[in-house]
Amino acid sequence: MLQEESDLSLIIAQIVQKLKGSNLYAQLERQAWASLQRPEIRLESLKEDIKEFFKITGWEKKLQNAVYSELNVYPLPRHPAAPPEHLKEPLVYMRKAQGSWEKRILKSLNSMCTELSIPLARKRPVGQQKELLNKWNEMGTDEPDLSLFRPVYAPKDFLEVLINLRNPNYENGDSLSFRTHLGLIQVPLKVKDIPELKECFVELGLNTGQLGIDDSTQVPPDILYYEQLKTNVIQHDLLVDSLIYKDVKLTASNDDYYFVFEDYLYQVLLCFSRDTSVLGHFAYNSASPPKSYIRGKLGLEEYAVFYPPNGVIPFHGFSMYVAPLCFLYHEPYKLYQTFREMYVRFFFRLHSISSHPSGIVSLCLLFETLLQTYLPQLFYHLREIGAQPLRISFKWMVRAFSGYLATDQLLLLWDRILGYNSLEILAVLAAAVFAFRAVNLMEVTSLAAAEAVLADLSTLKVMPLLQIFLFATVT
Amino acid sequence: MAGKVKWVTDIEKSVLINNFEKRGWVQVTESEDWNFYWMSVQTIRNVFSVETGYRLSDDQIVNHFPNHYELTRKDLMVKNIKRYRKELEKEGSPLAEKDENGKYLYLDFVPVTYMLPADYNLFVEEFRKNPSSTWIMKPCGKAQGKGIFLINRLSQIKKWSRDSKTSSFVSQSTKEAYVISLYINNPLLIGGRKFDLRLYVLVSTYRPLRCYMYKLGFCRFCTVKYTPSTSELDNMFVHLTNVAIQKHGEDYNHIHGGKWTVSNLRLYLESTRGREVTSKLFDEIHWIIVQSLKAVAPVMNNDKHCFECYGYDIIIDDKLKPWLIEVNASPSLTSSTANDRILKYNLINDTLNIAVPNGEIPDCKWNKSPPREVLGHYEILYDEELAQGDGAERELRSRPGQTPGPKGGRSRDTGRTVLTTWK
Repeated sequence: MLQEESDLSLIIAQIVQKLKGSNLYAQLERQAWASLQRPEIRLESLKEDIKEFFKITGWEKKLQNAVYSELNVYPLPRHPAAPPEHLKEPLVYMRKAQGSWEKRILKSLNSMCTELSIPLARKRPVGQQKELLNKWNEMGTDEPDLSLFRPVYAPKDFLEVLINLRNPNYENGDSLSFRTHLGLIQVPLKVKDIPELKECFVELGLNTGQLGIDDSTQVPPDILYYEQLKTNVIQHDLLVDSLIYKDVKLTASNDDYYFVFEDYLYQVLLCFSRDTSVLGHFAYNSASPPKSYIRGKLGLEEYAVFYPPNGVIPFHGFSMYVAPLCFLYHEPYKLYQTFREMYVRFFFRLHSISSHPSGIVSLCLLFETLLQTYLPQLFYHLREIGAQPLRISFKWMVRAFSGYLATDQLLLLWDRILGYNSLEILAVLAAAVFAFRAVNLMEVTSLAAAEAVLADLSTLKVMPLLQIFLFATVT
Repeated sequence: MAGKVKWVTDIEKSVLINNFEKRGWVQVTESEDWNFYWMSVQTIRNVFSVETGYRLSDDQIVNHFPNHYELTRKDLMVKNIKRYRKELEKEGSPLAEKDENGKYLYLDFVPVTYMLPADYNLFVEEFRKNPSSTWIMKPCGKAQGKGIFLINRLSQIKKWSRDSKTSSFVSQSTKEAYVISLYINNPLLIGGRKFDLRLYVLVSTYRPLRCYMYKLGFCRFCTVKYTPSTSELDNMFVHLTNVAIQKHGEDYNHIHGGKWTVSNLRLYLESTRGREVTSKLFDEIHWIIVQSLKAVAPVMNNDKHCFECYGYDIIIDDKLKPWLIEVNASPSLTSSTANDRILKYNLINDTLNIAVPNGEIPDCKWNKSPPREVLGHYEILYDEELAQGDGAERELRSRPGQTPGPKGGRSRDTGRTVLTTWK
């Protein structure tokens, strides 16, 4: 009991601390001062009157929302004896795997630097700063030579790493049993079965109408913060900028839905790479921000800096996390805020190795388990012809289906991610897509043919697909 | 019906030929007997010219109306719309109602336009009222963005008229008329870029008017950022969205071709501006298309052998008001991307299903009222016969003088095809 109370007061203290630095706090303070002019606010009952004033004017609701959104990302209280890295990832072998994956990425980034003899970061000469500022709204028209740059990694490289994950304490044994997992992911993690998923997604039941949300919630805009990031982009040239450029050119610029927003993507992603507030999410991300050292001081911790400043190295397809949100916001700074929030709450889990139920490893396992358990014939058939289903669905899940579904459908899906505060629905949808095309897939005899059957998902209707898979296909 | 349709075309496009072949139609030459001729606008002129005196028989169909130019030539379209508005005004129609500035409330959908050189003095008068305005000069008879330029000073137009008089090369075409239109300098921008809408509209008869809207239109985007600054007036890539022009730009992308579907536009507008204003915008777009067709219907030679698929070009301004820019009689059937090919193949397929029912040998005396199932991606935009029946009933119920305006009677998202019932 005592423990719980002290936990609670700790959480309250931390949330108060966090909110004190926010725009909302400043606004509340201003409102409180201004309210003193009002007749109904009396000195005798100042505290109560101001509380009442906040209630009537709707500020209380805004505060509640802010507290709720903090609680949402706040990690569950852990055992007092557990070291902080357990918050990032409790399993040692996962931590190790993530660590060596990070080393690989950083090495690849560094060797690109050396090969191209380009510094990781440099200050832009004043002339270039001016030039960039002038073309801020049309960076897409700029055609720098990016032929030598290559994405640091692509989803399929990452999949290879996940396939090779093993738990050293787990003895699989030689004998095959019905429990044997025949998919590519070979680590024992607890994933939900259909009855559990039904319970979890009970609102998706067949008799429940599924709507989109028409009005977007009012995110208090923070233009100033965005402008600071923009200044930072103007002043400094980073190697990751070229990677972002290259990625946008390779993906969104060629996309029927998103090419229109090319410039918004630069405006969001370049600022994102400078946003040190993103570093906060590494407290609960199994990944750690890469470090770089001031020239000549390699290995000296006091000269270490995070690189890029937000600690996130973009990979092939990264810009697709932003692209669908362009349909929702006309102003880049609003778009930016929403994207950052989506990233630090959800998307980071799609390219970090962890045991979290929303982490990509669990999603892969959930997907494979669903197929193997509920569509065994399809699963075995595809496996026999060398078309392991995960080889096809992995890229969908890593990108949260962005670039695969029609935008309206994608937004319906992302609404559910937010609503259920979980990415598990991605794995369910991936399995549902296989179920939906099962008849055609049973006829194919090669990986290429299976890929062809699943090449175009733009005609799919997400909600009925999920509903039917969860509540009508298997019992 | 016995026999296969014999077809001719002078436009060698695979989207056409594949569609003809799919129906098992037989290709013949122009000099043989034919049932179906998909022809260019040059050919239609000859077919219906007084000299050739060509008589079409009942089993022959062509894809243009003889005097389609009443709608598809920029100067004539404006002339017809101006005349239509005046007539409605004279009749005291509520549609011709004006606001306090003398602007039509429901019929102000074409940018202010003058013919040059004929209306030069009128133009100068208008220009002087608002000397900072930008105007766009277009040759009346050309398409695909040819011969278009922008001006924002009177001296430029004086120079143009001097040049075209002195140059010997132009002398033969001095009779070439231009239209000068007020340039929409506050276009709606998406992702900072300007675009226009290309919508396909099929007319099967003008009297009574029966027209269909193709649901799969698209937005055409400029590859270069839009800037209203006058220093960029010469950079046509900023201002013109014609694919024929944009294809020469360095940034032209051959995967999407700068084309964005209308459903993308709708989703974007619903999310950023709201559902209601978006529906209003699309209703207004349908409204101006119907009004433009009504404007030309009385002068159109409603030949029973004809149908026509028009390419409507519409620009939306930043207040979400749509403007009719021009109508094309031969919308491009060139496919710039894979999706484009699919779209145009389907467009022709659906067009043929309506124009040549069942792919059988045509009989131009049929009542041209196909069943719902064959409409494909088309939806009925306006059916005068139905509207009149419906309208008479409506008039009894509604107060006199109440405008059926652009908000009128379309419910959407109900899953059933809804008829437009404006009068």
